[in-house]
Amino acid sequence: MSTEAHVSHTHSHADHGHGHDGGTHATFGGYMIGFGLSVVLTAIPFWLVMSGVLGSNEATALTVMAFAVVQIVVHMIFFLHMTPSSEGGWTMMALIFTLVMVLITLAGSLWVMYHLNTNMMPVHDMSRIP
Amino acid sequence: MDATATTMEGVSKTPDVPVFYLEEEHAHAEGGSTMLGFWIYLMSDCLIFACLFATYGVLGGSYAAGPSPKDLFDLPLVAVNTAMLLLSSITYGFAVLAMDKGRVGQTQAWLAVTAVFGAAFIGLELHEFAHMIQEGATPQRSAFLSAFFTLVGTHGLHVTCGLIWLGTLMVQVARRGLIEANKRRLMCLSMFWHFLDVVWIGVFTFVYLMGVLR
Repeated sequence: MSTEAHVSHTHSHADHGHGHDGGTHATFGGYMIGFGLSVVLTAIPFWLVMSGVLGSNEATALTVMAFAVVQIVVHMIFFLHMTPSSEGGWTMMALIFTLVMVLITLAGSLWVMYHLNTNMMPVHDMSRIP
Repeated sequence: MDATATTMEGVSKTPDVPVFYLEEEHAHAEGGSTMLGFWIYLMSDCLIFACLFATYGVLGGSYAAGPSPKDLFDLPLVAVNTAMLLLSSITYGFAVLAMDKGRVGQTQAWLAVTAVFGAAFIGLELHEFAHMIQEGATPQRSAFLSAFFTLVGTHGLHVTCGLIWLGTLMVQVARRGLIEANKRRLMCLSMFWHFLDVVWIGVFTFVYLMGVLR
């Protein structure tokens, strides 16, 4: 009884592994949709910056960053074939962990160094020296 | 020695003694964990780039009275460069599709096209670097330029490594055909190549476009 269960388990596992190796989840349509979206999402930021239609630099910078985030998600889905269930969810776990680390690194560095720059710069104002 | 072994076997067979380990290693398909392992490598690479982006974010405004991004960056050239990398991404996708259908010649042709676009990207980037250095904007000129050359140069180095890997795999496929191991290697390089394109999105947005706005 237990031998039979074990054999069937091994068999199903081998099948599972084979399915992973054979199927790349890649389709022509998927790549073309990803490529089309990427072209649009690249062209618009370049056009915005080069023509300066939005007027203010802050608005343009925020829009350009938003386009970059959307394009990164598009690449993840259509080119890297990320799904929440790939490799039993472990690729997604690694990705989420890395994103948390990236956010801490980027936001932490920029935040701390900005405050150091604004609050701790030597003041070259002779009148304030007693 | 023999007596000990029998005793231990006897212990593990006893039903009321709990066993906290797998008694038998179950079968793993060869290379079954390669994709996950490679993904974890890519994530660690992502952390390297995050540190370089953070460095650039902190130092990107320190020109030391030297040239600023506005004086240096040529956006049309960067746009062409971006197009090269994006085109190489889609042609690699076509190579993977041809690989899935088992067509060796078609796979090799698309890999070659990918290599051409990748080489064009590296060529344009080296041209840009040479032009900047000629104008005196060397890495040692200011903190901004040090951070810029480190970040963009590290990305370029990755693409160069990807090109060497691509050439090696083309030789492998030519000699051995599309065997299971070669398919696995091509899928790893596919992830690497698309990952570099993802990093480049960050570079052209954060460094070039926002540098010109700054």
